[in-house]
Amino acid sequence: MKQLILRRLGQALIVLAGVALMIFVMLRIVPGNPIETMMGEHADRATVARMTAEMGLDRPLPEQFIQYLGNILRGDFGTSYALGRPVTELMAGAFGNTLILALFAALFSWGLGLLAGIVSAVWKNRAPDRIFMGFSLLGISLPVFLAAMALQYLFAFQLKWFPVSGTGSWKSFVLPAVALGWNSAGQVAQITRTSLAETLGEDFIETARAKGRGTAGVVLIHALRCAMLPVMTVMIIQFSSLLSGAVITETVFSMNGLGRLMVQAISGRDLPLLQATALFATAVAVLGSLAADILCALLDPRIRREA
Amino acid sequence: MQNPKCGDGDWFAAGMAAAQPRGTQTLEVSGLTVALPTEKGEIRPVSDVSLRVAPGEIVGIVGESGCGKSMTARAVMGLIPAPGRIIAGSVRLAGREIAGLSEREKRAIRGSEISMIFQEPMSSLNPVMKVGWQVAEALRLHSDCTREEARTRTLAAFREVEIPEPEARLRQYPHQLSGGLRQRVMIAMAMICRPKLLIADEPTTALDVTVEAQILRLLERLREGGTSILLISHNLGVIARVCDRVYVMYAGRILEEAETTVLFDQPLHPYSRGLLRASLSLREGVEPLETIPGGVPNLLRLPAGCGFGPRCACRRSECDAAMPELRVVEAGHRVRCFH
Repeated sequence: MKQLILRRLGQALIVLAGVALMIFVMLRIVPGNPIETMMGEHADRATVARMTAEMGLDRPLPEQFIQYLGNILRGDFGTSYALGRPVTELMAGAFGNTLILALFAALFSWGLGLLAGIVSAVWKNRAPDRIFMGFSLLGISLPVFLAAMALQYLFAFQLKWFPVSGTGSWKSFVLPAVALGWNSAGQVAQITRTSLAETLGEDFIETARAKGRGTAGVVLIHALRCAMLPVMTVMIIQFSSLLSGAVITETVFSMNGLGRLMVQAISGRDLPLLQATALFATAVAVLGSLAADILCALLDPRIRREA
Repeated sequence: MQNPKCGDGDWFAAGMAAAQPRGTQTLEVSGLTVALPTEKGEIRPVSDVSLRVAPGEIVGIVGESGCGKSMTARAVMGLIPAPGRIIAGSVRLAGREIAGLSEREKRAIRGSEISMIFQEPMSSLNPVMKVGWQVAEALRLHSDCTREEARTRTLAAFREVEIPEPEARLRQYPHQLSGGLRQRVMIAMAMICRPKLLIADEPTTALDVTVEAQILRLLERLREGGTSILLISHNLGVIARVCDRVYVMYAGRILEEAETTVLFDQPLHPYSRGLLRASLSLREGVEPLETIPGGVPNLLRLPAGCGFGPRCACRRSECDAAMPELRVVEAGHRVRCFH
């Protein structure tokens, strides 16, 4: 188990280094000069050249990359061109909001998705299954911005239960979390249903019945743990993508999260900020997959042994 | 509902049989019929089946795949897969009717008074739970014993089924055990509440021959302790080795019933004779293995007369007209054939 974790951590580091290189190269081969964008169309050439030299953007690429890597290792992600503040500070502020939003959304999505999936699997092809799967299909296919606007209209505009937008008390996180979680709940429900229904057809389920377990015990004690493997992987992938920012939701609800920060960085060609947000998203994804591997190994002894 | 306290005891010691009134069968099934709706119409995988198992008796049901033997076992357990259901007949366990019980009452019986072991010991155990826990679970579902008592009883159960190093095995997962050990774990699980009846559905089919012999010896020892066993198999060798009496099943019906020695010496039904020839002709030497021509009939299109008619060498016109009744040939020997 320890070995598994160490090996996966090593792999994660290699992936991160590779991604750092890719982000670095890609941001420099796309057309457009960040200094020109920053200073506007009417900046004179001399100033642009001076700024470029000041920021080290005129050096050879390999030298720039080594400098960049060194800074990252020291925890220095540079200063945002557009906002003039340290990138780490900007990201820390945005990450707080994104984390709360992600937790709310995950709670909503996992709770609802698991419940719907379990009910659907147990009553497969009967009325409860049809109803829940109809909703989950709606959740998967409904665009997030539409759901978000519908929620805003109903609960903020008409009923006035929650604020329309902004980042304030916990109340301001409820609607964005529901809008986000609605979609992932559909996915969780569908995969739970498929996986659990398959597990319920296994031989050991009949053994459990034969020793006198009732339906609830069979499903919750015997089947769910086996069925959770694929479900958990999906849940963790969802959570890590939530953690790296929900662009659309944050935009519709005007929340200051990582997603909006990244969009700002892209439109302003803010290289340091863009590098940092992209690297952060990658790190979250890699760590998420590591967490999924570890949890799967905890759930299933057969995986533990292979590792 | 009796709720046994957990005590320690030797399953193999005689005495359980004495608890039942004399003459009462452990299991008495009569006229059992199971209906299973399918897309193309309703079929009867079990049709008018009657059988009995006396205390301490091992009774076999033999037949080809799809003849209804496993479905009969599941009907006795009350575990017919939906949407199948029992539409006629009775199942009496030690004199008590259990076919019409509520799900809750059936659950109390399953695992404590009747238990079952299956063909695939690998897939029959939960892969993500320790085997010791799975065996103790059967006990804890039916008695109010503490964790510690359950552990002690499970350990004793592992010893009874001759699992080597029982303490270490308790903490292992199914994939860490061999097929034979897994089946022993299944038997320990089935026997831990000391049921009146053990149903063994092809218990040795997935095992190799030496392990098969060990498992069969184990079943015989359980029987000596008073447990009745209903053994389902397509393997006549297994049946011949341990069964006292045998039922031959075909297309959902019982075709012949006899003591094992009688059936093997003088099978009366052409199907029984065919089965025996198909499995025994190797012993006689050089002639090729005999087979029964044709295949198991489609239960949706059963012939009007004898179900085996289309494959039967002795078929006459009367066989196509009506299904023959089970008729008594001599005490304990019945056959469903006109000849």
